[in-house]
Amino acid sequence: MREWIGFAPGRWQQTIDVRDFIQRNVTPYDGDEGFLVEPSERTKAVWDKLQPYFKEEIRKGVLDVDAKTPSSLTAHGPGYIDRDNELIVGLQTDAPFRRAIMPYGGLRMVEAGLKAAGIEPDPIVHDVFTKYRKTHNEGVFDAYTPEIMACRRSHIITGLPDAYGRGRIIGDYRRVALYGTDRLLAAKRAERALLDAKWPTDDVIREREELAEQMRALTDLATMAQSYGCDITKPASNAREAVQWTYFGYLGAIKEANGAAMSIGRVSSFLDIYIERDLKSGALDEAGAQELIDQFVQKLRIVRFLRTPDYDALFSGDPYWATECVGGMDLNGRPLVTRTSFRMLHTLTNLGPAPEPNMTVLWSKQLPDGFKRYCIKLSAETSSIQYENDDLMRPYWGDDYGIACCVSAMRIGNQMQFFGARVNLAKCLLYAINGGRDEVSGDQVGPAAAPVTGDVLDYDDVVAKFDTMMEWLARTYVHAMNCIHYMHDKYYYERLEMALHDQQILRTMAFGIAGLSVVADSLSAIKHAKVKPIRRDDGLVVSYEITGDYPQYGNNDDRVDSIAADLVSTFMKKIRKHPTYRNAVHTQSVLTITSNVVYGRNTGDTPDGRKAGEPFAPGANPMHGRDSHGWLASCLSVAKLPYADAQDGISYTVSVTPSFNRHDQGEKISQAVKVLDTYCGQGGFHMNLNVLNRDTLIDAMEHPDKYPQLTIRVSGYAVNFVRLTREQQMDVIGRTFHGE
Amino acid sequence: MTDEPWAHSRYALQQARSPDAPETDTFNDPRGDFGWIHSYETGSTVDGPGIRVTVFMSGCLLRCLYCHNPDTWHLKDGTRVSFERARTALQAYAAPLRAMDGGLTISGGEPLVQLHFTKRLFAAAKGMELHTALDTSGFLGARADDEYLRYVDLVLLDIKSWDPETYRRTTGQDIRPTIQFAERLAALGKPVWARFVLVPGLTDDPANVEGIARFVAPMRNVEWVEVLPFHQMGTFKWKAMGLNYELSDTPSPSPDLVARVLGQFRDAGCRAR
Repeated sequence: MREWIGFAPGRWQQTIDVRDFIQRNVTPYDGDEGFLVEPSERTKAVWDKLQPYFKEEIRKGVLDVDAKTPSSLTAHGPGYIDRDNELIVGLQTDAPFRRAIMPYGGLRMVEAGLKAAGIEPDPIVHDVFTKYRKTHNEGVFDAYTPEIMACRRSHIITGLPDAYGRGRIIGDYRRVALYGTDRLLAAKRAERALLDAKWPTDDVIREREELAEQMRALTDLATMAQSYGCDITKPASNAREAVQWTYFGYLGAIKEANGAAMSIGRVSSFLDIYIERDLKSGALDEAGAQELIDQFVQKLRIVRFLRTPDYDALFSGDPYWATECVGGMDLNGRPLVTRTSFRMLHTLTNLGPAPEPNMTVLWSKQLPDGFKRYCIKLSAETSSIQYENDDLMRPYWGDDYGIACCVSAMRIGNQMQFFGARVNLAKCLLYAINGGRDEVSGDQVGPAAAPVTGDVLDYDDVVAKFDTMMEWLARTYVHAMNCIHYMHDKYYYERLEMALHDQQILRTMAFGIAGLSVVADSLSAIKHAKVKPIRRDDGLVVSYEITGDYPQYGNNDDRVDSIAADLVSTFMKKIRKHPTYRNAVHTQSVLTITSNVVYGRNTGDTPDGRKAGEPFAPGANPMHGRDSHGWLASCLSVAKLPYADAQDGISYTVSVTPSFNRHDQGEKISQAVKVLDTYCGQGGFHMNLNVLNRDTLIDAMEHPDKYPQLTIRVSGYAVNFVRLTREQQMDVIGRTFHGE
Repeated sequence: MTDEPWAHSRYALQQARSPDAPETDTFNDPRGDFGWIHSYETGSTVDGPGIRVTVFMSGCLLRCLYCHNPDTWHLKDGTRVSFERARTALQAYAAPLRAMDGGLTISGGEPLVQLHFTKRLFAAAKGMELHTALDTSGFLGARADDEYLRYVDLVLLDIKSWDPETYRRTTGQDIRPTIQFAERLAALGKPVWARFVLVPGLTDDPANVEGIARFVAPMRNVEWVEVLPFHQMGTFKWKAMGLNYELSDTPSPSPDLVARVLGQFRDAGCRAR
């Protein structure tokens, strides 16, 4: 093929195999950031055009919605920001910051979102999606049981994707660039032929229908690209086209799916191959290469979905987790760091810090030193990078996995997950103490059981009751998830994202837990101190009195760290007992993003001494202020949580203040590199690294206008600090700032 | 309850946690089976090379005007900890500390008050192949025999002033033991980072600085002179303990003053930072 001239041949030419293409053609780079250049005039012009929108958005929220046109690949005509200067084109609708509606997931969410934005819902859309077309949301509620509904209401199970898109699926958008849609369609036809030969069981019929949808999506994607004057039926023939085709793949996905997390995958080092080829031929210079990446990232920064205020309160602003992975090693021990890995991260300098795309460095001890140092330097400057342990994940997921959302690894193009938010384990513990009654409402939500009796909580008694209650919760949770994903596949199938997968894929069902540190500390308090339950008149335990000290999670103390690690394994075991929809493999995460604040708000007093309404710690973090022996102790506690039983990821956020110690910058960077190497070497999975000054944050609360780009990492994700609710801002500031 | 921020950390005020502990000035610790520990911090980058675990012992015979841990003066202020427990806690950090080219620093208080406990802890750390650092005023330096010092890779020696009058005014004690200890360390060739707390109006007299600079400059074992600018972060403890804090109106040294003092050390031939 003409477009492939100059590439090393291989298996990737006979079959759809992007990894093989990368393996044979990638040029690892082990130098430093010295070659990087500033943004081009064109990039700056586009960026300038966008600034008023960003500013206005901080003030106003949603700027504009096309309320009449349910979004699809071809529903909107082409849209531009600045036609003369845009090298990479394509918007979700026909204008920047004009949001689309996606009612297939659920009309209620659309209309609530419109109302909050002060826009009237469209009567025709309303009619269509109430009279003629059923949504995912309605389907799920047809299948839910009263028990699941009660669990949702009481916030013991929360954040379920039952009213909008589930997300956390990463299409292999690179395939569009490498193969073009004609070749991809041919591959799908071949897959279809195999399915046609099979007896039509439920599964086979569903898969045939899905494949038909996928093929239609690929055709529509080509039509969409055509409206921008691009022919993506053929492979990309140069670097600009490779970036553009890849972006079109992603753009198609975000036109049709409004999942909480819409990640981009692992595109930098793939695109680097095209850039290297053009640099060699002289068709491109460094300024041109950076320009392509800068403009690509500009597009990734203006993805917008219509959400409800509730959703925004939970996750702070408008996140969409366009996660891009850079770095990592391959299975042959070669770094997958390329110059474009640097160029991708360099957008944080050229365009300023930002939460999106969610920059994720796959950290390995073996990564080239120049790259490691550059990452740390950028972390210090922007607080916009998260680190995940490639040495830990590679044995599970190979060397071409991406991260969906924050910490969920999946092999790109042949693995997807059924996303399932999380359960509130702290509340589950309180249900165990109260015989299944909710500590806030007093309602019987869990199965009626004997509550604890007596004046002091007995460890063995509480653990036994908790175990039974977790058993019930796990069963109810898997039950709910099966209903959700059955209906999602039926009513809101991600036809384009799945078209960019193989037909035979690994499905995981990703469960999650919140409140890990609260429960670990509570059990530790019950075991090592004296915890007296305080009962209301009707016997409901609503508070606790603690006498004596107890070991607290986050201090590298095995007496309690082992409780936390066991909890992760125990709940995973219980989840695994229940069969899943489409035989998905059960996984679990310890992740909250910013929802730790809302979980806390909905949970009563806990036996660790936490008061009702107080935030949980985010993700797998120790409770605020309790990790009192410094960051190293805290890191080592978190590193003990077993990844084998939390394969959907374990999120840990560290905030450090810029140090006033006497080392020079180079020495500080060397130390930080060693710290990350060591944390990963000890089994740590993830680190969200903030380098923050407390005074800056306080000033930003009072004067948000001064800090439009102030970015901070929260559990697994980054947010614009000024877009957090005040409560979340206080939570961030109040949380432990480890010194130095 | 212990969930207020910094409980158990060096920033937490801790008083009379062990009311039965012996008096500090007459304490003689023959075996070191137990120690009184104020707190410990992990992850420090300022108490020696690499990443450190720093243990703050209770008990000190100096009464420095600027002391930011006045709740470490008495043994009773610490928590009584068995040597075994301390060793086990340290063991949990050994591998990562080695990986980060760090180690154990014992600070205080004055580590040499609890001579045998700290010696055993240093010995244990060496058994774990950790780098060890002793953070001391040198006032009790004579207590640390050569065997003790064999377990110590680096001494962070606080020379709080040169002028004997200023030293006494600053610490309440005599400067001579510190001088003698410094000279002994030089003779042994034991690596030292000399530290000097710069307090405007108290220790900043050029002659006072000059004296230290000239004293340590010829010592080849002194790898660094570290100038620590005075800060007010410990004030709250003095107030909470009902002590009279003489420096409550003293500002932090200006950048110019810090530069002048660093310049004095460098001019004398010291590596200073």
